Amino acid sequence: MFEIRIHGRGGQGAVTAAEMLSVAAFDEGWHAQAFPTFGSERMGAPVVAFCRIDERPIRIHEPIARPDAVIVQDPTLLHQVKVFEGIDADAYVLVNTGRSFAELGLDELAASLRPSRMVTVPATALAREHLGRALPNTALLGAFAGLTARVSLQAVSDAILARFPGPVGEGNVAAARAAYDHVRHELGAVDA
Amino acid sequence: MATQEVKLYQVGTFVAGNRLLPLEVRTVQARTDRSNSITSGHRACQGCGEVLGARYVLDAAMRATDGDMVAVNATGCLEVFSTPYPETSWQIPWLHSLFGNAPAVASGVAAALRAAGNEHTRVVGQAGDGGTVDIGFGALSGMFERNDDVLFVCYDNEGYMNTGVQRSGATPPAARTANTKAIGPEPGNAFGQGKSVPLIAMAHEIPYVATATVADLHDLEDKVAKAMTFRGARYLHVLVPCPLGWGSASQDTIKVARLAKETGIFPVFEAEAGEVTAVSTIRRQVPVEDYLRLQKRYAHLFGDPVATDVIARLQARADRNIARFGLLDAPAQG
Amino acid sequence: MPSQIEGSQAVALTVARCRPQVVAAYPISPQTHIVEALSDLVRTGELDPCEYLMVESEFGAMSACIGASAAGARTYTATASQGLLFMAEALFNASGMGFPIVMTVANRAIGAPINIWNDHSDSMSMRDSGWIQLFASSNQAAVDLHVQAFALAERLSVPVMVCMDGFVLTHAVEEVELPTQEQVDRFLPAFVPQQVLDPAAPVSMGAMVGPEAFAEVKYLMHAKQVQALDEIPLIAADFAEEFGREAGGLVAPYRLDEAETIVVALGSVLGAIEEVVDDLRTEGVRIGALGITCFRPWPIAEVRDALGSAHRVIVVEKAFAVGAGGIVGQNTRLALGRLPVTVYDVVAGLGGRPVTRASLRGLVDDVLADRLDAQALHFLDLDTDLVTRELARTGDGGTGPHAEHMLRALGTAGSASH
Repeated sequence: MFEIRIHGRGGQGAVTAAEMLSVAAFDEGWHAQAFPTFGSERMGAPVVAFCRIDERPIRIHEPIARPDAVIVQDPTLLHQVKVFEGIDADAYVLVNTGRSFAELGLDELAASLRPSRMVTVPATALAREHLGRALPNTALLGAFAGLTARVSLQAVSDAILARFPGPVGEGNVAAARAAYDHVRHELGAVDA
Repeated sequence: MATQEVKLYQVGTFVAGNRLLPLEVRTVQARTDRSNSITSGHRACQGCGEVLGARYVLDAAMRATDGDMVAVNATGCLEVFSTPYPETSWQIPWLHSLFGNAPAVASGVAAALRAAGNEHTRVVGQAGDGGTVDIGFGALSGMFERNDDVLFVCYDNEGYMNTGVQRSGATPPAARTANTKAIGPEPGNAFGQGKSVPLIAMAHEIPYVATATVADLHDLEDKVAKAMTFRGARYLHVLVPCPLGWGSASQDTIKVARLAKETGIFPVFEAEAGEVTAVSTIRRQVPVEDYLRLQKRYAHLFGDPVATDVIARLQARADRNIARFGLLDAPAQG
Repeated sequence: MPSQIEGSQAVALTVARCRPQVVAAYPISPQTHIVEALSDLVRTGELDPCEYLMVESEFGAMSACIGASAAGARTYTATASQGLLFMAEALFNASGMGFPIVMTVANRAIGAPINIWNDHSDSMSMRDSGWIQLFASSNQAAVDLHVQAFALAERLSVPVMVCMDGFVLTHAVEEVELPTQEQVDRFLPAFVPQQVLDPAAPVSMGAMVGPEAFAEVKYLMHAKQVQALDEIPLIAADFAEEFGREAGGLVAPYRLDEAETIVVALGSVLGAIEEVVDDLRTEGVRIGALGITCFRPWPIAEVRDALGSAHRVIVVEKAFAVGAGGIVGQNTRLALGRLPVTVYDVVAGLGGRPVTRASLRGLVDDVLADRLDAQALHFLDLDTDLVTRELARTGDGGTGPHAEHMLRALGTAGSASH
């Protein structure tokens, strides 16, 4: 089983991201599950969304305590919420930011992770560029595909278009592709 | 053979049924083919205004709908005395659910008929004042705002009579009930409380709202028939004296109802889409005291000394109704 | 062909395919996605003919369902928690009059203190309402139970509530095999009411019944629910034949072969329990699980048969009777009677606290190591420190509601990881 935990704020589409990720995995023949934590509907509040991918049917519904991958959609959460709780040295970490891990004050974390499994991506900027809105969730899914290869970019794109048809979807797919390319480039510069 | 033309003066309300009138002008109650929606054998008190009102309303509704209607009834006197298991006095399709939900249940019935493509069967919801003004109020307002195709009828006897005459949101000020007794510094029900559901119904701007009493049969039947010409939410508020709860003589039910109108205490009017369209005028305004004296629930006002201040306040309320609705052709007298 | 779909959406689509004619809708977390989806289906004409009534309260919702059902329409609504309580009077009215209404309960805790997360206190509070109560352990089960619920309700003229864990299942996106319209139409015949409001044949419904006949009427209600114990397996068999998969039934046994320890539970927690059972079995522990699919009527014989040969039973339940003890635990002890089976009653997951595999594993380990007292009611993962401090505070004459003081003690200003 591969478990992904997405941290964001209400209104940034973390929940939708988890859902689309599960659809992408499902479309590629996996069993997949996505669900959020809940408070009452409120913009800006910290939100956590979960996604599980497995080759067997998934029977459990508990929150993900030991994620294999963490996606941080909003870097302002970094020192407010324990976004990295439960990860080990083999975890994938993906942070939406234009800065580096060091600039974010995450040197210690970075040192504990595998260089090929950690990356930052300016997803919000890419979103503004490709879809004209500061909604980084789909870009981060493209980045996730590039980072982990657990789902293909094609599957992610199909899931995005199924959810957002028309030009909105196209814009999101473009952002996802741009983020994917960014990650592949970043990792290409890193020893595996 | 010589004939003499006889001019009949006593037509209209004072001759119940008007059997001397041509058939087409008679009330439904005067017709031998009236449905008798609630037939004899029920257990209502002698002189009960509510069962009288229910018979008037439902027979008129049955005529207006060609017998194609369904009734939904809230818990209360009407429901209790009409269906003592295993008997029922209802000869129409009739559903009783709970105390506070008659409007919602009626909405459900209307929805089911609509879903089945049935546009001919009509729905009447009915309740006492408790089930309309208080516990059923939320459901009533919901039915109004959705404009569900239901005629809702409130039989207002101004209290929770079936449970032993307790105060409701329709109980008038100064009236004695089991929990607003004529004791203490302010005997009877308080001033400054209560609500006018007809006015609230008008505020929802539903197609048709009307008030009526059991004293004027023609008027009541006409209003039911008129209500049935509309689609959407309609509300009829009928004053029905309760001899037991009001402490009036069982033979005075219709008289007391008439006096409620003639004093201005109970304004009789019609409204459409939130605007008053017609009123039943008062030919000769009667002082409220004539109405109050007939009911033991106001007996404490006529002790020694007479509570002239309270009576004056009640008179002022009646005068206000008269002014507000324009119930007098001529200005108020005395 | 399965779909990857949110639980609420799956239920809404399935309910729509059951062709309800009147849907009453009042929103409450976590059921909102269901009623929203049904609204869309009615608006687009996918569900037609159907009247979608947006009522003024849950009491209005169930009341509208009563009226609609009395007028001959197949009727549906959904609610949770406070909403279920608000319609309590109407629940008893519906069952007392025998209207075959189907309702989804998106299980959520009842306040005070207000809590929007999952547990079973809502359904359990209405276990005596005369409604049949079915519990779904997954979104697939939820979908399948709704189809069976309409058939069951209409065969017996008894209302049925399908319970699914709020948020945990309703808001989980996972794979579900949705029934097709053709399949449902073959399985579920048109609604033929036993009694209906019809001007051509007037009847009075809802008479007052006094001491001379009331007991008999209630006895017949009980007899009808007991009849459901026979009907439910039959419907499950019919379902399997049409849809090609097992669903419904009274109980769901899991690896009970020679099980010495059996864990009993309702709802989605069964998934975690099955994983723990699998792990323990690989370690050689003879353990199994029994899911209760039909809680009301209580399948006393089936539970006794399933549990009777075990040494010990661990009931894990998401509600309890304040001041009295467990609910499912009591019902289980009733089923076991004098059989030499030790029953442990454990309350878990209240107010949405996750019931994890780790905690369940710890619980089973404790039971097997004899660290749990079978006579006491246990609360899984209880913060005993917090409780002790609070009791000390109030013991010293402190006043004020417990909830606010404990939240302060927990320091809710900061956020945990989730």
